[in-house]
Amino acid sequence: MSGHSTYQPQHPFMKWMEARLPIAGLVYSSFVAYPTPRNLNYWWTFGGILTFMLAVQIITGIVLAMHYTPHVDHAFNSVEHIMRDVNFGWLLRYLHANGASMFFLAAYIHMFRGMYYGSYKEPREVLWILGVILLLLMIATGFMGYVLPWGQMSFWAATVITNLFSAIPGVGEPIVTWLWGGYAVGNPTLNRFYSLHYLLPFVIAGVVGLHIWALHVVGQNNPAGVEPKSDKDTVAFTPYATIKDGFLMVCFLILYAWFVFYMPNYMGHADNYIPANPSVTPMHIVPEWYYLPFYAILRAIPSKLGGVMALGASIFILALLPWLDTSRVRSARYRPLYRQFFWIFVAVCLGLGWLGAKPAEGGYVIAARVLTLYYFAHFIIILPVLGFIEKTKPLPNSISESILAPKSAGTMS
Amino acid sequence: MYRPILAALVAASLTTVTAFAAGEHDTPVPPRQKWSFSGPFGHFDRGQLQRGFKVYREVCATCHGLNLLSFRNLSALGYSEAQVKQIASEYKVQDGPNDQGEMFERPGRPADRFPPPATWKNEAQARMLYSGTVPPDMSVIAKARTYERGFPWFIFDMFTQYQEQGPDYLVALLTGYEEKPPAGVTLPGTLQYNKYFPGHGIAMPPPLSNDRVTYEDGTPQTTEQLAKDVTAFLMWAAEPHLETRKRIGFQVMVFLIVFAGLMYFTKKKVWASAH
Repeated sequence: MSGHSTYQPQHPFMKWMEARLPIAGLVYSSFVAYPTPRNLNYWWTFGGILTFMLAVQIITGIVLAMHYTPHVDHAFNSVEHIMRDVNFGWLLRYLHANGASMFFLAAYIHMFRGMYYGSYKEPREVLWILGVILLLLMIATGFMGYVLPWGQMSFWAATVITNLFSAIPGVGEPIVTWLWGGYAVGNPTLNRFYSLHYLLPFVIAGVVGLHIWALHVVGQNNPAGVEPKSDKDTVAFTPYATIKDGFLMVCFLILYAWFVFYMPNYMGHADNYIPANPSVTPMHIVPEWYYLPFYAILRAIPSKLGGVMALGASIFILALLPWLDTSRVRSARYRPLYRQFFWIFVAVCLGLGWLGAKPAEGGYVIAARVLTLYYFAHFIIILPVLGFIEKTKPLPNSISESILAPKSAGTMS
Repeated sequence: MYRPILAALVAASLTTVTAFAAGEHDTPVPPRQKWSFSGPFGHFDRGQLQRGFKVYREVCATCHGLNLLSFRNLSALGYSEAQVKQIASEYKVQDGPNDQGEMFERPGRPADRFPPPATWKNEAQARMLYSGTVPPDMSVIAKARTYERGFPWFIFDMFTQYQEQGPDYLVALLTGYEEKPPAGVTLPGTLQYNKYFPGHGIAMPPPLSNDRVTYEDGTPQTTEQLAKDVTAFLMWAAEPHLETRKRIGFQVMVFLIVFAGLMYFTKKKVWASAH
């Protein structure tokens, strides 16, 4: 999307078109001739996978919307109608429900990759922040989608999460009433969630466009974390990156298909096959797995307002990452200390995820508090300090040199 | 200095863990059953589904609805079109209003849904009759019940494809009644003691017993067998496209694995020129 197109149309029609709307040239320069660092490893293929998953979610979602009824009396049964009577409706729904999980899985891998290799550092701050915005949009979209089948977990998740806004001092209660469109979670709530669940994926698609645009301005980071200096350091996007992305995407599809066809309800919750019942509260209200770390942080704080603020901060702090990390070296390959702290951070996130699924009592709460504290300490204490005290390894002079040099132990590649 | 702190921490965490374990395990884990529909090549046993339907019809249907299913769905159990028509016609279905504006009853047709249970007209009446509870509809109950697997089992389940927690729980529940609650446990009202039911006090009296239903195919009519058969039927009711799903899944897997292989070698060839 940047620089002059090297596209030379041959066919008279394409020449005619290129002089009026140079869309073929744009595609050519962005996805064919675009130079990518030649040392990219498979962790760099998740951007393509995410784009693909967004398309899957939008396509299956549009067809599901043709058969779904957003009404408290009909929503549950209309989903069952899709499962039973719509041709391949079960496939569409399982693709969509498990697709959300796969989308988040890919997004988290994509983010951890960015953290490991310092992809958020100058000049990629805006690229990273757009990614954080995408995560926020995904969280909102996924949550509203989970409410639509109107099972017990749908209803109670909607109740718990919307109630969080009541923690805002003074205006909390009116805001919650406004969000609900009534004095309890009900039909107006379901209707607006449906409307927004249909809208937000297109907002995501728009921000993905900006994300890719920003990426093509600054170019991709790479495992060595040094910028490409000559043509020797890069290869053309097509065929090199395309085929590499394609191979891992098919592998990812195998994982996706494993869940869709063999254990489609593994990542769901049995209670959501019970129709929503406002007078019966489930024993444990648990969100989908991809929200569990944030849910653990929310419940770790003894006060409601504090919990909500910690929840918000746990996502917002990601946007500040480019400035909280004071190290000049990007890649963890050349940061022996950061590399260890990175893996501790991954373990802490997984631990928070496990605790999020446990009841908020006794030892679980204590553990959640310790891990929450560590989560924030990673950003506000460890990362800023590391930049000053860490003795980094010498950087390679160029990408091509880093490939020829013997690989350092313990890298992700 | 350092050692005692560590030891204290370990001791503290161990006591919390054991305290939790004690609290969580006063309900036994439902035993694993063998299901024909488990695993990547799982399929329903038609004979078992028909037996299970008989159990549902003669026992469960008294109180429990099956409102998402139509009689026409029964053809998946191996019944012929004529048999489905015959079964449907044995039910009374409310229709109407007719030309006089009256509701009327007529024999069921394959396109009709299963009628609601006749023993209760509405939820309020059900609560009055059944110790304050409403007998749940059974259409998706095999997917709506489960028990917690816990760490690390839930990770292994991903690889072994164990996902029959719901059916296993149902069999355990149906066979988990005890005539007298254990010493020191008293249950309010007419609640029955069930080992596997959360909280143990269940409003449903033991529904199954030996020879409660007569099988025509010579299968032993034990409580255990009745429980398994009706559970298999309920799994089919909850997931009627399970067989198609797993069959297509295998085809998709073969395709994707071959495709991945081709992509891998293409990638190798393409990149060979870049080095």
